[in-house]
Amino acid sequence: MFMEHLSNGIALGSIYALTAIGFTMVYGIIRLINFAHGDVYMIGAFLTYTGLTLFNMPIALAFLFGMAGASIFGIAIAKFAYSPVFKAPKINLFLSAVGMGIFLENFAMLIWGPETQSFPNVINNKVFSFLGIRVNTIQLIILGTTIVLVAILTYIVQYTRIGRAMRCVSQDMDVSRLMGINTNKIVYFTFGLGSALGAAAGTLVAIYYKAAYPMMGYVPGLKAFIAAVIGGIGSIPGAMLGGIIMGVSESLGAGYISSGYRDAIAFIILIIILILKPEGLLGKGIKEKV
Amino acid sequence: MGNISRVLLNLILYSGILYLGIIVLSKVFDLGTKKFMNLNNKNRKVASLGFLVLGALLPLVLANNTYALRTSVLVLIYIVLALSLNFVLGFAGQLSMGHSAFYAVGAYTTAILTVTYNVPFWIALVCSGIVSAIFGLLLGIPTLRLKGDYLAITTIGFSEILRLVLINWASFTRGPAGIPGIPSPKIFGYTISSNTGYYYILYILALLTIFISYRLLNSRLGRGLVAVKDDEVAAEAMGINPTFLKILAFVLGAAIAGLAGGVFASFIHYVNPDNFTYMESVVMLTMVVLGGVGSIPGIIVGATILTILPEALRGISTYRYAIYGILLVMMMIVRPQGMISMSSLKGGAKHENSRS
Repeated sequence: MFMEHLSNGIALGSIYALTAIGFTMVYGIIRLINFAHGDVYMIGAFLTYTGLTLFNMPIALAFLFGMAGASIFGIAIAKFAYSPVFKAPKINLFLSAVGMGIFLENFAMLIWGPETQSFPNVINNKVFSFLGIRVNTIQLIILGTTIVLVAILTYIVQYTRIGRAMRCVSQDMDVSRLMGINTNKIVYFTFGLGSALGAAAGTLVAIYYKAAYPMMGYVPGLKAFIAAVIGGIGSIPGAMLGGIIMGVSESLGAGYISSGYRDAIAFIILIIILILKPEGLLGKGIKEKV
Repeated sequence: MGNISRVLLNLILYSGILYLGIIVLSKVFDLGTKKFMNLNNKNRKVASLGFLVLGALLPLVLANNTYALRTSVLVLIYIVLALSLNFVLGFAGQLSMGHSAFYAVGAYTTAILTVTYNVPFWIALVCSGIVSAIFGLLLGIPTLRLKGDYLAITTIGFSEILRLVLINWASFTRGPAGIPGIPSPKIFGYTISSNTGYYYILYILALLTIFISYRLLNSRLGRGLVAVKDDEVAAEAMGINPTFLKILAFVLGAAIAGLAGGVFASFIHYVNPDNFTYMESVVMLTMVVLGGVGSIPGIIVGATILTILPEALRGISTYRYAIYGILLVMMMIVRPQGMISMSSLKGGAKHENSRS
């Protein structure tokens, strides 16, 4: 039993990690809790669903279609809802994000319908068992996809020109602008990249549970934030670590304590972390500006 | 998927109408506020009294129209709720996004006390306020050390945890089935069961809330709160205890939301966890933001508009929440200070346009 909960938790955790990375990247650059991130995740899943059912794409192509579509959504959101309020007090930016999240949920409800859509069975699920550990194909695919995507992301952030510019902007936006970096472009690029990762996570969840519904992004969006806080907000390895911790603890908690309180576990972890170590496990303390 | 163009067209149409509406109404309110503020003290009092009497006479005008009367009861509930959120958001400047939790606590306290323990309604209502205030205190102490975004998420977390408890603790709260049969209040042996009766109960509660809001705003504590909101560090340097004031505002807001919840439970005679979701908190937040954070007349207007609008637009009810979302984004872009801004009421400084 324990091993099953564990493998389930790692699969879930890597999905949380993917969502949290996109989230933490945006936070690192514009210090905004992107409330719409969970909903971009949902849009990604629905776009993949549309690609599969309406256009009869093969799964890999539909997956890319979902990621690309969601990143366009992400950039559009940044452009229309966030950049006009970018210079305003922070609460305005935050409420704009909340409003965008509500809009996307209900937009999806209007377009794809409020009921749960059953996701087509795209992967032949087999259960492998070795050394007493039982894992199935979907869990392996989730883990594999996460590793590949994170490797690509690490390459982009660490070794490319635009990645270097992203790291600069997250250090100090004004100075980066003085150094000739087009910060707007970097912000949009970050939104696009983060949204694509979120969409990948959403699609993987939809494949895992064989379901997609308009509210599917709300709780994972909050959990992505929690995972990012656990790991230290703004830090990409931290977001991964936080995601895995959350996935495993949730899976174990649901298995051994009570499944009714599954979603509460994440919030309890958040409150404990905020009280004990508010800068997160891998985060650096941020000095409060006066 | 085929109806995508129709959905988009409708959304653009409704948002456009709403946008024009906001602009026009804001202009009207700006003018009205200016006129009102230019009145001398005596005329201002007369005008305020006029509004009071109008409010009190409304049920007599609507006596034959049950639907309109019921809507006006809901308007009053939301006015009280939005004003109670304003204690936290407008006066203390703390972004709490789990305000429906206190509403839920109040409603469930009244429901459980009256149905399970046969406590008279009025005592149960007072208990609702007290229990909500205790919850406010318990949540406020750990969370108000946090700032901005963290506070928002933690309050959402608390309200979600509370909702899960309401759903899962079936032996106490009857779980998702909810608690039916909440009795109507009795006063001097007379049972208040008509909408008019509830209207007057809520009218008194709303007046009480408005009174507390104004008293608080004009007292030493209120000035301290505004100072904390503007600059916490400077306020602390002036000898104000920000934590105490923030917790005070939080507890006060929670207590009033709890009272509103108690009356609401009795009004619809039934509570279940679905009445108190995150969306409910967002609706309250939208009301406060639409009206103008911190401005009491603004919030009354905001709550009124956002309660009547969905009722008036039954036909497009599927678009309701999508429009709420757009409305929130649009307000932040075109009129972040709300329809009746606090600064225009005071005749004071313009909306500050700096990032803190």
